[in-house]
Amino acid sequence: MTVITPGPAAAAIAVDPQTWRQRTWAGSVLDFCRRKPLGAFGLAVVLVICLAGGAADWLAPFDPEENDFSAMMQAPNWLHLLGTDQFGRDIFSRLVFGARTAMIVGFGAAIGGGMIGLVLGVTSAYFGGWIDLVFQRVLDVLMAFPLIILALAVVSVFGTGVFNVIIAITIPLIPRCGRVVRSSALAVREIPYIDAARALGFGHARIVLRHMIPNVLAPFLILLSAFVGQAILAEASLSYLGLGVQEPVPAWGLMLQGSAEDYATTAPWIAIFPGLAIVITVLGFSLFGDALRDAIDPKLRNR
Amino acid sequence: MTAAETNGPLLEVQGLAMHFPVTEGIVLTRKVGEVRAVDGVDFTIGRGETLGLVGESGCGKTTTGRCILRLEQPTAGRILFDGRDIGGLKGAELVSLRRRMQVVFQDPYSSLNPRMKVGDIVAEPIKVHGVEVDAHRRRRRVDELLSMCGLDPKFADRYPHEMSGGQRQRVGIARALALEPEFIVCDEAVSALDVSIQAQVINLLEDLRERLGLTYLFIAHDLSVVRHLCQRVAVMYLGRIVEMAASDELFDNPLHPYTQALLAAVPIPDPRIEATRAFRPPRGEVPSPLNPPSGCVFHPRCPVAVEGCKAMRPTLREVRTGHWVACNEVH
Repeated sequence: MTVITPGPAAAAIAVDPQTWRQRTWAGSVLDFCRRKPLGAFGLAVVLVICLAGGAADWLAPFDPEENDFSAMMQAPNWLHLLGTDQFGRDIFSRLVFGARTAMIVGFGAAIGGGMIGLVLGVTSAYFGGWIDLVFQRVLDVLMAFPLIILALAVVSVFGTGVFNVIIAITIPLIPRCGRVVRSSALAVREIPYIDAARALGFGHARIVLRHMIPNVLAPFLILLSAFVGQAILAEASLSYLGLGVQEPVPAWGLMLQGSAEDYATTAPWIAIFPGLAIVITVLGFSLFGDALRDAIDPKLRNR
Repeated sequence: MTAAETNGPLLEVQGLAMHFPVTEGIVLTRKVGEVRAVDGVDFTIGRGETLGLVGESGCGKTTTGRCILRLEQPTAGRILFDGRDIGGLKGAELVSLRRRMQVVFQDPYSSLNPRMKVGDIVAEPIKVHGVEVDAHRRRRRVDELLSMCGLDPKFADRYPHEMSGGQRQRVGIARALALEPEFIVCDEAVSALDVSIQAQVINLLEDLRERLGLTYLFIAHDLSVVRHLCQRVAVMYLGRIVEMAASDELFDNPLHPYTQALLAAVPIPDPRIEATRAFRPPRGEVPSPLNPPSGCVFHPRCPVAVEGCKAMRPTLREVRTGHWVACNEVH
């Protein structure tokens, strides 16, 4: 018969929840990078793109909208790092400013769609019954369209331009967020602190905003990081199709469009670099979102 | 206020029933049955009195409490609070009722919002109901409530996860007291706590009852706790009250066969007595409330059941002064 004595291992287990809680922000980030190298790559990409977009005015060596007819279709060289397009605009500068457009549209649409989806999803779960039924069927209808098709439909109604593109991408993101948030909120609704809030006579708005939404934020934030990538891709697609951001505003999808195709063999850098920017950015956001989900989901944490 | 209102019981429950429908289909729902969680319950609670509500898990005691709190809408029956039917209250009237009756939940881990600091949890009802508009005075009131519940006011800046189960339960009690209610439903309020902490929380509840003149409905399954704290006890089985009497009377002289079995199941903390005791647990399992037995719901498991028990549902009768039993075989 073995007598189980609380050895050092047991003591470590007993202490663990405390140390886990006391771990600092920087410590958590380091731990995340060690466990999820792909996620860390994603995080790095996200940070670089955000920095590029934010500091575009200082980073870009040329005005992205200025034509220079003495330097048209130059191959990458020391003056124009990534070459110039058919109007002599510096591709590196346009990429850096395009990052700003991508960030504005990506974050704008993801946060807008996410927030509306969050409120709708939590409200739907909180009230339940026929309100829930109606909300969910409406979201089903919106979900039936692929993201880009619905965005195209919205743009064709509202017109093009940065702001309309944000709206066009926001709308298809709403049901995608609302669905996920609702399932989390259904679980939260059954927790006694919600009953306690009702017994205390709090209004519905207070219960939804103060007691339910803060407790579904973890899955919501993960969703949001994935949405930014999706929104950037949708923006690039819309711009490529000519229904998104309009010239001369620098946008990655727009840089791929039109005459870039005509010069694919003679001046491939015009199309290659914006294409690469889109691929790396979307990949970065996706990898970061996936890794964040794995890191936060306790069921997957130890894998 | 009339004399009847001031002298009458604080809470009167008449024929309370809560049947949860069991449905099939998603859009076109069809009722295929119902769970009779509470099926005709009557009792009264006097001012300053503590009524214990005991029974096995699933017997409907928590649902009874939730109906009284208006967290569920009962299927049938009336609930009179201070002589007034609270069944149809809406809006402002319901809010003012909520100020007068509060609840302490079983699980101190899930009954506090993990995203709020303890001080905000206790302050929120005071703020929402406009009891204390001034933030500084509200903060003082929170400190007062916390110390009344045996917590250092410095806990106000902590989050619930930084506290122990007993401390959290004290926060739950402080929150319930924030609106100065007259009546508190304690739904298994000490069941989730360690025995030593249980004793502290029970003493706190007793102390508060005396200081603030509170009335409790104390829902529990631990009979020793109920005997200590309650003046009267009601025993529930499958959604019905089978016996109700003053605490000592019920424990010393149980009349219903179910109460007798329940009391016999309480272990005695002496292995020698425990070994010699002739304890026979009731046969079988608790039947499903989806399809309760006919007549007396206890008859399939009852040692004294006769043929007539299958057909006739016994009503709660006053067999002795203040001692009510729902059994046709008790005389």
